[in-house]
Amino acid sequence: MKFLPIIWANLKRRKLRTALTMASVLIAFLLFGYLCAIEEAMNAGINVAGADRLIVRHKASIIQMLPMSHKERIQQIPGVQSVAHATWFGGIYQEPGNLHAQIPVVPEEYFEIYDEFILPEEQMKKWKETKTGAVAGRTTADKFGWKIGDRIPIQATIYEKENGEQMWEFDLVGIYDSDKEGADTTQFFFRHDYFDEAQTFAEGMIGWYLVKVDDPDQADAIAKTIDEQFANSTFETKAETEAAFTRGFAAQIGNITAIMIAIMSAVFFTILLVAGNTIAQSVRERTEEIGVLKSLGFTNPQVLALVLGESCFLSTLAGGIGLGIAFWLISMGDPTGGNLPIFYLPTRDLVTGVICMILLGLLTGIAPAIQATRLKIADALRRAA
Amino acid sequence: MTFATLGQRKGSSFASVFGIAGVVAVFVGVLSIANGFRNAMTATGSPRNAVILRSGASSEMMSSLRRESGRIISDAPGIVMGENGPLASAELFVVISLPKISTGTDANVPLRGVGDAAFDVRDDIEIIEGRRFEPGKNEVIVGRAAAAEFAGLQLNDKFQVGPNEWTVVGTFTERGGISESEIWTDAKVLGPAYARDEYFQAAYVRLKDADTFDSFKDALTSDPRLRVKVTRQTDFYSEQSTGIYMMIVTLGALVATLMAIGAIFGALNTMFSAVAARTREIGTLRALGFNGLPVIISILIESILLALVGGSIGGGLAWWAFDGYQAATINWQTFSQVAFAFDVTPSLLIQGICYATLIGVVGGLFPAFRAARMPVTTALREI
Repeated sequence: MKFLPIIWANLKRRKLRTALTMASVLIAFLLFGYLCAIEEAMNAGINVAGADRLIVRHKASIIQMLPMSHKERIQQIPGVQSVAHATWFGGIYQEPGNLHAQIPVVPEEYFEIYDEFILPEEQMKKWKETKTGAVAGRTTADKFGWKIGDRIPIQATIYEKENGEQMWEFDLVGIYDSDKEGADTTQFFFRHDYFDEAQTFAEGMIGWYLVKVDDPDQADAIAKTIDEQFANSTFETKAETEAAFTRGFAAQIGNITAIMIAIMSAVFFTILLVAGNTIAQSVRERTEEIGVLKSLGFTNPQVLALVLGESCFLSTLAGGIGLGIAFWLISMGDPTGGNLPIFYLPTRDLVTGVICMILLGLLTGIAPAIQATRLKIADALRRAA
Repeated sequence: MTFATLGQRKGSSFASVFGIAGVVAVFVGVLSIANGFRNAMTATGSPRNAVILRSGASSEMMSSLRRESGRIISDAPGIVMGENGPLASAELFVVISLPKISTGTDANVPLRGVGDAAFDVRDDIEIIEGRRFEPGKNEVIVGRAAAAEFAGLQLNDKFQVGPNEWTVVGTFTERGGISESEIWTDAKVLGPAYARDEYFQAAYVRLKDADTFDSFKDALTSDPRLRVKVTRQTDFYSEQSTGIYMMIVTLGALVATLMAIGAIFGALNTMFSAVAARTREIGTLRALGFNGLPVIISILIESILLALVGGSIGGGLAWWAFDGYQAATINWQTFSQVAFAFDVTPSLLIQGICYATLIGVVGGLFPAFRAARMPVTTALREI
């Protein structure tokens, strides 16, 4: 630590260059932050998928609905703890650009299975009492400025009401949060009984089932049993773990994600390379000084530590600020305005980022540092002349 | 003069060129994805065609219309009369799960049931292999892009959906249009298979000419028996592609901006060290009587040239790596897969080069002014 003033003095000798180098490293890590958040968003949900949850959909595709009568038969399968269902409502709040999921559910069943969603007890109680009641995720509620007690009009695109009315109105009785990093808090849930009575399009039908199993190790076996139950019927099913389902969903986006990630990684490393070159160069320029230090009695390990310390100090300081800004900007929300419901910077990527910074510091410093230790004092001093 | 000394600064010049090449490659690369996607969605579609959905529906998937509405629509004025009646096709649109060839994972492949007039309404459809499906049979034809992207869609292949087995009897193209990502069959067969005999989802009609659209739309929307939304086919397709297009463009712009800032810092660093290395030379020039302007110009030219070299390398790289690259992605608006090719257009390349030039100008300007303002005596004293 006592070398910190020397390191600081060295960085200050060419303020402009130091500032520019730091700015490039900062930008690189800002980009890195976005890169991680975008990747996480594209693979949304895989990391939060419950190992004990299955998703059961129609075999042909998820747009085909299943009858509500499947529920009891699934419930009877050994190893199944509880069953809930959900349906894609696909409505529009105010304007078509406002994308967020609206899902009719049976409140207590659904929230029991998705136990990472936290809804205060009195709000749940109110919801059970209010047929037109609905709860929204924190993110969506904040985005639209909704407060409990508000009346929320949603325009249906699929499910018209009996008289051809397309506007559905809901009373917001609760706002749910989540204690799990990366959980989707953009969804809007309302009561399935209200939905089923009011619409005429698909009575007695639901979109997909959610099944909680007792033992996660049995999940695949139970999924198979469920599919066998309904084999060769009009409503054949495909049951899979939530993780497999989400992965399948993410795979639908295809290699575009992989390509964008590859491009951005290439850029990240390009910027680092350019910045690294400058850092290395600034050490090389100071050969004679290192000679002076050595003649003053600095040992080789000390010189090594000094040079590496300088490069690491620069890269972690600049990188840290960059990643910090990224974290702050990302927490402000998704840049595409709702296309990416889950948009956050995962903790593990923050750790990766810090490791990258230290590596950058070491890699850019190591060559000149070794050169500096090998340097003979006489040579170094002669160069200055 | 500028270039004579360039060789002495290989390292930092190379780094700067490299950085700018990266920026341009990404800029062009990402936008070529967005471009290709939009092309696939809007390549075809005639302003003479109209698409009719139920009002409130924003995609075919969400729409549903009763059979009798179909008859009212086909009787509307302005529709071209063919040999077998008006050129109006009442269509069903569902998705089926089929594995992608590249990954083996399930994808939502669009399956469209079309009416008899469909091939006259969309006259760009061309069978390139096999034949058309026979009405009333469980036969399908497959778009060229779908056949290349999803497993089990080659000629004579069979696949199972629900209780029915379908046979592929032909492959078709549509000048690169969106239909090439789809599977087509007879609506009269698909309807019962999906328990939708009483309904259809969208009607495609051919109008006498592009100007008929407004009167046709008015006639349908003012008809009290109908509640429909009428869109010109070209507008319909571009509406359906805005979501993904905007997403890619926003993310691309964000990344490109960040990178450009990074590259400007890189270029500034390079040019400042170039100026530093040439301090004495510049001082000598100034002492000989050159004023600031030639100095500024020479440094700017160097910076811009480096940027142009970088930009061309980056653009070339993007063109080589991405142009024509085949990909498929899900369009959330239609909830179905769209196959498309990345498209690096000349205008995109020019934009990329302009971008590089801008970086070069910004990166060279400050160092140039610094060099020009340096007092001659100080400059000459420098080692």
